[in-house]
Amino acid sequence: MSLLEVNGVVAGYGETEILHGVSIVLEKGEIVTVIGPNGSGKSTLLKTIVGLVQPKKGQVSFQGDDITSMAPESIVRKGICYVPQSSNVFPSLSIHENLEMGAFVRTDDFRPRLAEVYGLFPDLAERRREMAGRLSGGQRQMLALARGLMLDPVLMLLDEPSAGLAPKMVASVLEKILWINSTGVAILLVEQNAREALKLSSRGYVLASGQNQLEDRGQDLLENPEIARLYLGG
Amino acid sequence: MRAKIRPDWASIGALTLVLGLALYLFLHGGAGGLTDYAIFAGIYAVFTLGLNVHWGFTGLFNIGIAGFFALGAYTAALLTTPPPDPLMFEDFKFGGDLAVRLGHLDLWFPVALLAAGAICGLVALFLGFITLRLREDYLAIATLGIAESVRLLFLNERWLGNGSKGLYRIPKFLGDLVSPENYDYLYLVVVVVVLVILYIAVERVIKSPWGRVLKAIREDEVTTAASGKNVFSFKLQSFILGAFIMGIGGALYAHNVRFVDPSTFDPLLATFIIWAMLMLGGSGNNMGAILGAFVVWGIWTGTQHLPGFLSDPNFRFVMVGLLIVGVILLRPGGILGERRRVSGQIEPPRGAAP
Amino acid sequence: MLEQITHCLPLRLTARNVVLAGLLVLLVLALLSVVKMELVVNGLFLGAILALGAIGLTLVYGILKFAHIAHGDFMTWGAYIVFFLLGSVLPHSTGFGPFTFGYSLFIALPLTMMAVVATAIILDKAIYQRLRRRAVNTVVIAMTSLGVAIALRGLVQVIWGGGTEQYPRLSKPFYQLPMGVKIPPDWIFIGALTLILVLALYQFLTRTKMGKAMRATSDNLELARVSGINTERVVWWTWAIGAALAATAGVLLAVFQAQLFPVMGWKILIPLFAAVILGSIGNPYGALAGALIIGVAAEVSTQWITPAYKPAIAFAIMIVTLLLRPRGLFGVRD
Repeated sequence: MSLLEVNGVVAGYGETEILHGVSIVLEKGEIVTVIGPNGSGKSTLLKTIVGLVQPKKGQVSFQGDDITSMAPESIVRKGICYVPQSSNVFPSLSIHENLEMGAFVRTDDFRPRLAEVYGLFPDLAERRREMAGRLSGGQRQMLALARGLMLDPVLMLLDEPSAGLAPKMVASVLEKILWINSTGVAILLVEQNAREALKLSSRGYVLASGQNQLEDRGQDLLENPEIARLYLGG
Repeated sequence: MRAKIRPDWASIGALTLVLGLALYLFLHGGAGGLTDYAIFAGIYAVFTLGLNVHWGFTGLFNIGIAGFFALGAYTAALLTTPPPDPLMFEDFKFGGDLAVRLGHLDLWFPVALLAAGAICGLVALFLGFITLRLREDYLAIATLGIAESVRLLFLNERWLGNGSKGLYRIPKFLGDLVSPENYDYLYLVVVVVVLVILYIAVERVIKSPWGRVLKAIREDEVTTAASGKNVFSFKLQSFILGAFIMGIGGALYAHNVRFVDPSTFDPLLATFIIWAMLMLGGSGNNMGAILGAFVVWGIWTGTQHLPGFLSDPNFRFVMVGLLIVGVILLRPGGILGERRRVSGQIEPPRGAAP
Repeated sequence: MLEQITHCLPLRLTARNVVLAGLLVLLVLALLSVVKMELVVNGLFLGAILALGAIGLTLVYGILKFAHIAHGDFMTWGAYIVFFLLGSVLPHSTGFGPFTFGYSLFIALPLTMMAVVATAIILDKAIYQRLRRRAVNTVVIAMTSLGVAIALRGLVQVIWGGGTEQYPRLSKPFYQLPMGVKIPPDWIFIGALTLILVLALYQFLTRTKMGKAMRATSDNLELARVSGINTERVVWWTWAIGAALAATAGVLLAVFQAQLFPVMGWKILIPLFAAVILGSIGNPYGALAGALIIGVAAEVSTQWITPAYKPAIAFAIMIVTLLLRPRGLFGVRD
């Protein structure tokens, strides 16, 4: 039984269909990357998994349970956390309060986890009382990741975590993602920076026009000349 | 010029209702009562057309119609009433007295109408310029403020509009042509003529390339803006056009009742009822706008004769409110209107709660 | 500690801003020496009442994302329900302590808050929630609230007629304060109650889980949902707080004006929205600041302009805000 199974999902907004039957599989502890051109439905896929978009057809199951028609509030409680590409922090809340919100569904004492997260992101620890709206782009991405971690998730859905960041910050973010994965958290990654992402991933999917185009091991995708030409900038 | 009439139970029911009411009014008040109803319904139809340009075709939420109503009426009145007579203790400082100066063929009437429209257009330019670049609901609040400010202005600046005493020697258009008993029929013809002209004009404008851009903005503002159209400018023009039409309505009203004062422009009968008319008739459809005016005004006058509390104007107030809510909940397109405008967009607006 | 304060301010602590702020303070002091202190005090109390209404309005605006046009009529209903209770249900009483009203008001107030809260939640379930599920444009929801406003006001007029009423009262002497300021003793009650409610709200928003969840939902609804926040419950709490504050504001307004009439809430709607916009939509403290500023400005203006134009002053401030800084004093650039 895989950790996450998405089967033939058809989904979109209102009357527009964006995903025309997409299937992916994720095993425990894996990093899987989804790449593809803009508008191919990568973000919609993540939103559908976490319940922000209701699929018209198909199923999504997590740890064997069918979560297809569950609301995000319940899906999160199962241990899936979603970090959107933009608008991924609460700007008028402090860093500390943002992390508190990350731990919203936890029923236990989250302070040890909070200490761990502050340890991983010392920059954030320093400015914990500052309003999140004041942070720079890179710091916001870090906060968004940290917020997701507060859940102690089993699976993290990350939508373009390195979008709009300077190369040094990109490396830093990817480093953090690798570290998170090393603690056993499975990661489903959507990335424009396909090359770097695939380097970390065990497997990858190529999505275009709302449909699966290709699936392979990360390394093989990297070495695939077609993929290299289309999505990795030659 | 053909309107999209969907011959379903609602439109048939509405037409039957109007005809039934017409009969009822005729029986109750004779031809006079019927004419009276028709004149007011026609004037309201002009306002509803203007609101249709705002809301139905451009999605502008104008809840300050009373302000344009008052501005149009006062402008027309001030231009055409004779100067103040000190013997009658009138406080206002000038009367245009166009009726005497342009008396030839009573040309002053169209001048008054156009001037009323123009003043409203100017105010719309001012308001729209400030608020249309911002969120849609800011326009609503701003129009509310303007309506109240206009009312306060005319109430307190007695030199301008004679304060609460109002202006009351507004001349009759073509008054010499027929005897006073038959004048109403003449004025009805006038109102119908103006209404028809405006209807044709608006239909033409909506079907023109300009109107098509407006439609595109309504359906997908982002893409239309991306393709280089100045969305703000289009919205502003539409706002001005609708206000212009409303100004004409105000002028028509002033020359019918031939008396204006600040209390006439109570929001119930000068704003809310027009919204009810447009929502019921079908926003986005000019024929629907006119139909809505006749139906709702028919209900309003018809219920005056009902027994007991049902004819209480306050109760009818409640009904107008419930009518608006009911139409939005149950039949957002109204009788003849398009469903699309009101029932949702492609992507749920970010931030709307579950 | 200084850091904590400056992090909440709308501007960064640069030299230029310090100088500008200093100039502003000097300007205000200069004005204060010119205007009658009495007007400033009047304005502060009016502003306090406006604040209770504006805070509720801004919370609804920020979380439910629409302009709640019926908010003024919630205030009207709050005032009238108390009128009904004081006149027909509760024991007749006047002159409690230094106040003109009797002890029954203290019983009536929580009752009316509950009644208006119940109304708000029923309206939400019956009307607004259905529209949200249909994902209609928020302007349409605002328009529906216009219909609700009309119906609510009409109902008041059907039940109580269109005239003005008063709470049972016993005349009490004014308090004499320095600088020629006289205030009715009732205003002490207004000020104290407002202070208590605002402080309580602050504690709620910053220390309780639901309070923080409300702020989070106001910031970013989707993110709140994927944090596991039950946004439906947040909506109910929003209505509850908004309606309770509005009802209280209505009662206090009736006490302040020493009268109530069916359009009292509608008439105050523009100043309410002006305060909300000035204080930045969604920001309750902004709404408080905005309301106080507008209250004082409106009252002070009567030194030079006819009192009849007070609502127009609020409107003018709103227009200026929209022209110069549409995101309000405390808004974050999007």
